Amino acid sequence: MGIPLPAAQPLIELHDIHKSFGAHKVLAGISMDVRQGEAVCLIGPSGSGKSTLLRCMNGLVLPDQGTVRIGPFDVGRIRHDRDKIAMRKYVSIVFQQYNLYPHKTVLQNVTLAPIHVLKQDRAEVEARAHALLAKVRLSGKENSYPSQLSGGQQQRVAIARALAMRPNVILFDEVTAALDPETVGEVLATIRELVEEGLTCILVTHEMGFAREVAHRVYFTDQGVILEDGPPEQIFGAPRHERTKAFLSQVL
Amino acid sequence: MQGVWDWFRWLYDQYGINFSVFYDPFDRSSVLGGLLTTLKLAGACLLGSLVVGVVMAWLQGSRVAPVRRAAIGLVEFIRNTPPLVQLYFFYFGLSPFLSPVDPHTGLAQPILGAYLWAVIALSLYEGVFNAEALRAGIDAVPQTTIETCEAFAMSRWQTFTLVVLPLALRTSLPALTNNTVNLIKSTTLAYAIGVPEILSISTQIWADRLNVLEMMIVLLAVYMLLIGALTAGMGTIERQLRIPGFGGQGAAR
Repeated sequence: MGIPLPAAQPLIELHDIHKSFGAHKVLAGISMDVRQGEAVCLIGPSGSGKSTLLRCMNGLVLPDQGTVRIGPFDVGRIRHDRDKIAMRKYVSIVFQQYNLYPHKTVLQNVTLAPIHVLKQDRAEVEARAHALLAKVRLSGKENSYPSQLSGGQQQRVAIARALAMRPNVILFDEVTAALDPETVGEVLATIRELVEEGLTCILVTHEMGFAREVAHRVYFTDQGVILEDGPPEQIFGAPRHERTKAFLSQVL
Repeated sequence: MQGVWDWFRWLYDQYGINFSVFYDPFDRSSVLGGLLTTLKLAGACLLGSLVVGVVMAWLQGSRVAPVRRAAIGLVEFIRNTPPLVQLYFFYFGLSPFLSPVDPHTGLAQPILGAYLWAVIALSLYEGVFNAEALRAGIDAVPQTTIETCEAFAMSRWQTFTLVVLPLALRTSLPALTNNTVNLIKSTTLAYAIGVPEILSISTQIWADRLNVLEMMIVLLAVYMLLIGALTAGMGTIERQLRIPGFGGQGAAR
């Protein structure tokens, strides 16, 4: 990748994204930019296309129409495996159901891709993994298997795994939706730290309080389009769109 | 040891119960040679059938439709025909066809011996059953796990070898054990093309000594012990590979 982006240029640019699964239109013309260091929250009712939109940002979903640029990569036009690997290193992801590798220990979960995909030095990767596990407050759990951990702990392993790629952006796909209310806090605290350190974070979330407190920008999506976006004070304080008002009045 | 051999000789002299393989050094070494051939054949076929199983399972999941269909077709073909017929096909059908004819004598020069043809035929036969067992394990790996591998830039091959196969193997292990038990029994089929494995050697001995019943008892005991050791070993592997909280906790025997 090499070339640092000019600060003015967005890190991620989506332009007029359309996506259908069969007859079901999930995204109906979405454009958005994400800048370096921004924390962006995507909110909206279930089925409004938030997760699909997020998956367009690392090429897990390829849009039917429109362009996705991630850093130096035009996602629709990646031809070489090398570029695909570099793109996936650029944007890492944390899933709702953690999706840890069940047959690997916590440490191996974190180091698997850096060692085997990025071909980085094992000792160096392991040292980094230990530091990351300390950062997500899981020191001492290196040799546990995912199923021996609580949901909140597993999700923090997943965050460490994403960070181990040393990404420029991390996507969070409803990462607290499968957790009980008590453990939600520990995961959100970890994400808040990352935002404060200036990592670009894009979150699909139903945690409105968290979005309000942490996000730089909030997007409200419904039926595959962005109905409105703006700073959290505006979206939560003075929503302009009727649909946004109705949604927020139900969830807040 | 000599005492044991002498006891079997006494048993023969006294009661006519003829376990010649125990007191006669020549029969003994013949049977041990046969057992060794059986073990080598079983070992080679075990490795071969696992390789065939993994490769066919991988090809059956190929994104390239012709490759996938060819793999499924081959699995169906091999699975639905008798192994003895396949052995004959390879040894009496394919081998002469492939073997170059010596221009001076007009005789075919076999390209492979009976032993290697047996390894090939039985590896393929048991391999496709392994492929089916593995496919069940592969299908059980959640789509979300595969999506995760993709998100972490793993190639299809890395996803298969680092994540899918290790998980599938654990799910498939009881079925693979079953297939391997069958494989060991199937090595007796190699007798039909003249591989000097233990059944073949035993028939020679009972033809000489007319001690069919005794030799049968020896044969059955040998297979009983052999397969008992195998299933015990597979049970140990199953326990070693067990991950806390993943898959069934049922006791491996």
